[in-house]
Amino acid sequence: MSSTDISLNKDVHHAHDEHDHHHDQNFFEKYIFSQDHKVIAKQFLFAGIFWGFIGGFLSIIFRLQLGWPEATFTFLEPIMGNWIVNGKIDPEFYLALVTMHGTIMVFFVLTAGLSGTFSNFLIPLQIGARDMASGFMNMLSFWVFFLASVIMFWSLFIETGPAGGGWTVYPPLSALPQAISGSGLGMTLWLISMALFIVSQLLGGVNYITTVINLRTRGMSMTKLPLTIWSFFLTAILGLLSFPVLLSAALLLIFDRSFGTSFFLSDIYIAGEALSNTGGSAILFQHLFWFLGHPEVYIVILPTFGIVSEVIATNARKPIFGYRAMIGSMLGIAVLSFVVWAHHMFVTGMNPFLGSVFMFLTLIIAVPSAVKVFNWIATLWRGNIRFTTAMMFAVAFVSLFISGGLTGIILGNSALDIQLHDTYFVIAHFHLVMGAAAFFGMFCGIYHWFPKMFGRMMDEKLGAVHFWLTFLSAYLVFMPMHYIGIAGFPRRYYSWTGFDAFNTFTDLNSFISIAAILGFSAQLIFLFNFVYSIFKGRRATANPWHSNTLEWTTPVNPGHGNWPGEIPAVYRWPYDYSKPGAPEDYIPQNVPFSQTQSSNLPYERDLE
Amino acid sequence: MSTSTTLEEPKTGTWDGGNEPLKASYGKLMMWFFLLSDAFTFGAFLIVYGLSRHSHLPYTGRPEDFQFSTEWWPIPEKVFNAFPGFHGVDLPLAFVALMTMILILSSVTMVLAVEAGHRMDKNDVQKWLLWTILFGGTFLGCQAWEWTHFITGTDEGMLLADGTRVFGANMTMNQYGPPLFANLFFFITGFHGFHVTIGWVLLVIAFISTVNGVYHKRGHYEMVEKIGLYWHFVDLVWVFVFTFFYLI
Repeated sequence: MSSTDISLNKDVHHAHDEHDHHHDQNFFEKYIFSQDHKVIAKQFLFAGIFWGFIGGFLSIIFRLQLGWPEATFTFLEPIMGNWIVNGKIDPEFYLALVTMHGTIMVFFVLTAGLSGTFSNFLIPLQIGARDMASGFMNMLSFWVFFLASVIMFWSLFIETGPAGGGWTVYPPLSALPQAISGSGLGMTLWLISMALFIVSQLLGGVNYITTVINLRTRGMSMTKLPLTIWSFFLTAILGLLSFPVLLSAALLLIFDRSFGTSFFLSDIYIAGEALSNTGGSAILFQHLFWFLGHPEVYIVILPTFGIVSEVIATNARKPIFGYRAMIGSMLGIAVLSFVVWAHHMFVTGMNPFLGSVFMFLTLIIAVPSAVKVFNWIATLWRGNIRFTTAMMFAVAFVSLFISGGLTGIILGNSALDIQLHDTYFVIAHFHLVMGAAAFFGMFCGIYHWFPKMFGRMMDEKLGAVHFWLTFLSAYLVFMPMHYIGIAGFPRRYYSWTGFDAFNTFTDLNSFISIAAILGFSAQLIFLFNFVYSIFKGRRATANPWHSNTLEWTTPVNPGHGNWPGEIPAVYRWPYDYSKPGAPEDYIPQNVPFSQTQSSNLPYERDLE
Repeated sequence: MSTSTTLEEPKTGTWDGGNEPLKASYGKLMMWFFLLSDAFTFGAFLIVYGLSRHSHLPYTGRPEDFQFSTEWWPIPEKVFNAFPGFHGVDLPLAFVALMTMILILSSVTMVLAVEAGHRMDKNDVQKWLLWTILFGGTFLGCQAWEWTHFITGTDEGMLLADGTRVFGANMTMNQYGPPLFANLFFFITGFHGFHVTIGWVLLVIAFISTVNGVYHKRGHYEMVEKIGLYWHFVDLVWVFVFTFFYLI
């Protein structure tokens, strides 16, 4: 029965492509409520870019405050309204800014914008499928995300301001509306939005996993999959297993906030009043949160592992070094990501022995991470490198991942964490290793697959300018933060001018803010390049990068169903670049060994 | 080259693509993965239950002398001992045992409905779906009664230090024990009940579609099978909820 299902589906799609597709769909079916994975991917991409600019803009506002704590920003009054009083940013609004910056960047840009775009776009194209397993659920995934976005965006404009308890929303702060204004309506909207976001992730995640398992084309075994697909597959599994726990935590928090339960609350005395809540545990929330929160950072970074591997191999014109080691290390990271969450909680009064267990497990992650870095460098080694914009972002990704990863080894140490916990050292660490790095991976993916998405090329010169400005400012922003952090300056503080110890860092902070403004401005170049190239870019050829993967065997502008004729079958792995004896320096996956006798290796002769 | 005609074809092993390596359609796989995910949600709740309970003192005296108090976690048999129509009779866990039996019976009838679907026997599918709907609905009704009784409380209530008595339970206060006891009871059985309700609605939809012959025309009753997976999962979760709240 199952096999008849498959052929049934194929027939349906064929029919769809050949006659009723092009004239039957109206504008809404085609671009708004589309079930085509490519359109949904673009919807996620546009939403992600929109959120990226919002999140970046928020960070510029709080960087102004941190860089020039004594200055007045009357020029911001027209856009900030009551949040700026006499040119001074309201301290509670400052907290809301950092909270929303974190939430938006981690969830809305680097989870939905990144996985949503590239998993949707590349999974069917690279495994050789007409579409996702369930186009309808895929569409639903985007629209639930859209609803979550609308609610989160709305919360930016309400009178009491958006959520202000930090992106980790620890109770009791987040549970008590009387604590700060950011724990009022803004927090309620945050929780509703995140609950919807999780639903969207689940709908997307089951689709990605199922599609990779069931819809691979003939010959596309798991060890012939491009590394992108492996990374999206594992990302989806991580999301599927960790987001539900955040859902649990969010639901319990909603009950604590709105229905008077005491899951996370106990013995609180606030504003001259003793609360009746008793018996709950705030630490319990942290455990639930970080059971999601730690895999979440890998949900952010894993897709870019895949994207970068693919782009590096393509543009170094070399097979990826250690293909199976790459898969193995991603599997290792995925498994380990579930057993290290308490390293975020070393200073919560945890049993020191337990701390050492989590420290041990955390430091093990350095091994698969190092394997990946080694393999990327080995792939670049003596490669015939083409410095396309995507390639520069990929190489810079490796650089940022190393710089940020090294401080991870320091932070993973439970004894050192006593000094470094919640300081700018942590900020510097995770912004380099999962913030900037993931953004670089995302840019890398956008520049590389833009021709497939829009049928046109992005401008390489503007791309180079965008790259260098972004790369320089990323390091200029985050490197100095290490020093401030080691000196002990805590994160989320509105102002440090009250502490003599930190006065010497005023210049450094102004410097960071200038670099941040530079980096943010550079993104406008990207935005211009992106929008301009969609309409006016140079027309792309079918396979502009001479790449091996299946998406480049589709027409320049693939329609719904991706391939006009039969789906190509797959005979070889995706990394046959610069194979000795081959006439070209690439052999696409759909070329049988019988056609490449000059380059076949001894064991491949049997496959001729 | 000589053998190329036969080897032009790609490999055709289990995981070589172009097939369903787990022998399951995408719809069933999706349901399985959703259930895996949902298991983590419930798992988190039950962990919250375990840790919350662990952080409270247990009752250490003799069971016969047990009194409700916010000082210790109550003994389940002393809380859940009512039965509709037997007011004032101490029947520990009798009602919840009946509820559990009914839910497990609904799982049995669900299996029979799925099996009838494999045989393409429309009448049998209808019959067994209807039984499942009936048992599922009864379970929800029982839960409604259980909640009502829990909220209203017993005749005695709990004696407070200032001499007043508390009856029944709400989110901030309850007569049975610490506030978290009632919080967790409402939240976890409520979340489970919500799942049962969704499953029940799905079953009704599936029943209507079966009667209208939708699945018969489609050529398979896979939708019934997928709802069946969900229904069994919800039953399985109840077994854990039952164990945590009533038995331990």
